[in-house]
Amino acid sequence: MAEIIVVTSGKGGVGKTTTSASIACGLARRGKRVVVIDFDIGLRNLDLIMGCERRVVYDFVNVIQGDCSLKQALIKDKRIETLYVLAASQTRDKDALTSEGVRRVLDELANDGFEYIICDSPAGIEKGAHLAMYFADRAVVVVNPEISSVRDSDRILGLLASKTARAEKGNGGVKEHLLLTRYNPRRVASGEMLSVDDVKEILGLDVIGVVPESPDVLSASNAGLPVILNDVSDASHAYEDAVARLLGETVPLRFVAEPKKGLFARIFGS
Amino acid sequence: MGLLSLFRKAPSSANLAKERLRIIVAQERSARGSPDFLPLLRRELLEVIRKYVNVDPSAVQITLGNDDGHEVLELSVFLPETQRSA
Repeated sequence: MAEIIVVTSGKGGVGKTTTSASIACGLARRGKRVVVIDFDIGLRNLDLIMGCERRVVYDFVNVIQGDCSLKQALIKDKRIETLYVLAASQTRDKDALTSEGVRRVLDELANDGFEYIICDSPAGIEKGAHLAMYFADRAVVVVNPEISSVRDSDRILGLLASKTARAEKGNGGVKEHLLLTRYNPRRVASGEMLSVDDVKEILGLDVIGVVPESPDVLSASNAGLPVILNDVSDASHAYEDAVARLLGETVPLRFVAEPKKGLFARIFGS
Repeated sequence: MGLLSLFRKAPSSANLAKERLRIIVAQERSARGSPDFLPLLRRELLEVIRKYVNVDPSAVQITLGNDDGHEVLELSVFLPETQRSA
């Protein structure tokens, strides 16, 4: 049985694609068969983050429209044996994605033995975002500790609870998790930024990961190397923890407190 | 005054964000389950009321509540105070 996980947020630029890429890599590194699909039709970007942009020949829409087989469109990752990417199409045709087409591709992936299907949702609440979440079993809602991101996430939670196959069938609904990105413990401590607990309390959900703000995220996307693969980075460790929690392990939250200052710094520091 | 305010601690901006979010999220969540016609009903009522009294758009509030198993549509209109003599 394949598990379909949508990575969504409502607001743009909060780290959906970075998160999709890292979660997919993390699961695949643990030996799972994983495919990550870009649902952002017209604005393909997952290929860049995954570092396979020059190997895209066929895309998601090509498969749906029968221009090629699913096998031809799946791009095999060069670093991790069990990881595949399905790129978004660059077409401007908004109706290129159909519910029936998406269902067919997801079914075929499941039948091919993929254990995890990660759906990288576009921003907004339009068709692409709707179809990315519609067939999901679980949702990772990416949120920045920032007022508009939190509000948009709540909007997305409303849609997950009503506009998904699981919600419509009434079989328990989509299991939802929060993943905070761009977290800055120093600014939280000084009262300038919403804390993990604030966000958790406002949205009423469990937190599956807290990724600290890190310059490594930009250098990772520059290099086309998902940040989780940068083993010396805090962001990588945070994503690794999130993957462990997705798999049901209990891991304490890291990177949520300011590094402790020594006595000297406490007396003479700010 | 100026000196005193130096010692008074202003609420942190994170707390401000949290309070604002708490209110707007609660408001949007309560609107989520309600029928789609409420915003339109509110707009049309506002138009009718405005024929007679010049009220502010925010002066009309409609809430759908539940009282002992009965659905209650509550409408409150705040009339401006200075309009009486007109």
